[in-house]
Amino acid sequence: MEGMLLPNPKDSNATILLMGLRRGGKSSICKVVFHNMQPLDTLYLESTSKPTTEQFSSLIDLSVMELPGQLNYFEPNYDSERLFQSIGALVYVIDSQDEYLNAITNLSMIIEYAYKVNPKINIEVLIHKIDGLSEDYRLDCQRDIMQRTGDELLDLGLEGVQVSFYLTSIFDHSIYEAFSRIVQKLINELPSLENMLDNLVEHSSIEKVFLFDINSKIYVATDSSPVDIQTYEVCAEFIDITIDLDNLYISESPSNGASNGQSNGEPTCAKEVKSISYLNNGSILYLKQMIRGLALVASINNEDNDEFNNNLTLIDYNVNLFKSSLKKMWENSRIQS
Amino acid sequence: MSSSRKKLLLMGRSGSGKSSMRSIIFSNYSAFDTRRLGATIDVEHSHLRFLGNMTLNLWDCGGQDVFMDNYFTTQKDHIFKFVQVLIHVFDVESKSINKDIEIFIKSLTNLQKYSPDAKVFVLLHKMDLVQIDKRDELFNIMMDKLQKISNPYQFKLVGFPTSIWNESLYKAWSQIVCSLIPNMNLFNDNLLKFNRILDAEEIILFEKTTFLVISSTNSIRQQLNGTTTNSLDNLDPKRFEKISNIIKTYKQSISKLRTNFNNLIIKGSNDTQFFIDGLTDNMFIMIILKDSPSKSGEYVNNKEELIVLKNIKSARKWFEKIESVK
Repeated sequence: MEGMLLPNPKDSNATILLMGLRRGGKSSICKVVFHNMQPLDTLYLESTSKPTTEQFSSLIDLSVMELPGQLNYFEPNYDSERLFQSIGALVYVIDSQDEYLNAITNLSMIIEYAYKVNPKINIEVLIHKIDGLSEDYRLDCQRDIMQRTGDELLDLGLEGVQVSFYLTSIFDHSIYEAFSRIVQKLINELPSLENMLDNLVEHSSIEKVFLFDINSKIYVATDSSPVDIQTYEVCAEFIDITIDLDNLYISESPSNGASNGQSNGEPTCAKEVKSISYLNNGSILYLKQMIRGLALVASINNEDNDEFNNNLTLIDYNVNLFKSSLKKMWENSRIQS
Repeated sequence: MSSSRKKLLLMGRSGSGKSSMRSIIFSNYSAFDTRRLGATIDVEHSHLRFLGNMTLNLWDCGGQDVFMDNYFTTQKDHIFKFVQVLIHVFDVESKSINKDIEIFIKSLTNLQKYSPDAKVFVLLHKMDLVQIDKRDELFNIMMDKLQKISNPYQFKLVGFPTSIWNESLYKAWSQIVCSLIPNMNLFNDNLLKFNRILDAEEIILFEKTTFLVISSTNSIRQQLNGTTTNSLDNLDPKRFEKISNIIKTYKQSISKLRTNFNNLIIKGSNDTQFFIDGLTDNMFIMIILKDSPSKSGEYVNNKEELIVLKNIKSARKWFEKIESVK
């Protein structure tokens, strides 16, 4: 039965596998990131009993597979070998508010097995539920978990494994940040994307630019300047505001009911959404819809108030160039795979 | 200046959500933040400038029985004199409805004695705790009952079902506050004129700090001839409140960058364009334009944007004039 749910290794979908002990918060993460559920409502989620898969298609087609915490993967009837071969990233969720020694043992066992089967796998560890810890304790906790995991892996003779750690919580944007990083590792075209965004920034007096997946608020790529979490939050919320306002004036009449392009990711007859907002401190928030449910959101420097219109026309032109190259890139990547 | 001071009494029993409402509408709290609010001790006064020359004196009256008894006995002439508006909040989950109504009657009695011209609004609060299909029924039953009670006091009640978790709160408060604006007709006339110039789908006026809806072309038309323009019929009837809610979220969001926004221009799917811009020092305007599909091309649209913004700028001085009329 489980074999049916396993992804085929030859599937082009990059798969993220979400694992962890029971009650670590895996289903809550899925619901919050991919279904826009309110974090408080996740209190009432039932315990997950069988593997569930989320499909989401942004620049690449992704599926996130969630495994129940209480399963033992090393039972012979479970086809764990094929499972680990087929995935691109393994995300292990550790509950930082609970006793995490068991989790670390479990993690190192999984890493040992997964690494043997598939040495190319990305291993990511989410130190989760940090909203309940005080600021000072968070870093201590991270250091402790990193230390212990390193020791465990050393004992198993696996020094070379790269493990990334993230501090996350579903009550702020850290979970989106972590997922963005994880997803980005799976996109083969990432370096050229970043290069393109850097070019755009350089020629358009843009301060910071993100390429967002509209539905999940995960950013697929950003320029090479450091990510300021506040700018990220503002940009992510700017998408929500634009889409919400736009949807209010789409009438329910059947003639254009299908033209709601955001939700299905394939804007066919609908025009691309674009929004601009001038802020009091002189900068501009700029959003333009791209292909496949992506949106480009930029914060633009604008010291010279008189010239802003010319400047914006230039940015429009550059962003359009970016969009057409994004289209080309996507078509090429499809031919290859 | 003293004539433009408005005294609003916010009353209701303890725990019914009075201070939460006030904090959300006037102090930019999010609904979640209101959990931190403690009980209000005695009366909390807040003075809010609204639309420039109007000052709202909001008396948030703590609802515990000790304070309540005080209001109706020793302090009654202090509390109930010169009241413009009484906002009475009922908790729909309340166990002792008779006690709630008893207090409502007491305040009506005092109000009739000290300020008989006051307007009375009733908010049935915490509606989110009632099942969706039962809300209308419950609201109607309660309103019938309350109206019957207040008949002997010659007050016409206006009631709203509210909840801090959705936009119903904005709807109620925007109607309450609008009932206090003296030169409403002037605003409406000018808004219609402006609409004729722009040929917009809809224009909405907001107050700047609270983002409560002051007026909209569509509701004016509805009042005048009882019909709306047919193209707007199938739109969300709650859109005004939702817009208030969305823009307030946006304001809070960009306050993280320690700034505020000047305007917001959205070119939506479906050929709709949205312009939100400051109109006067105290008002924001939102214009919704429907593009005809024939017009296309980036350059043309860019120019059009500028024209609309220019138009808003020219409208500014007219609306500023109305505001300064006392």
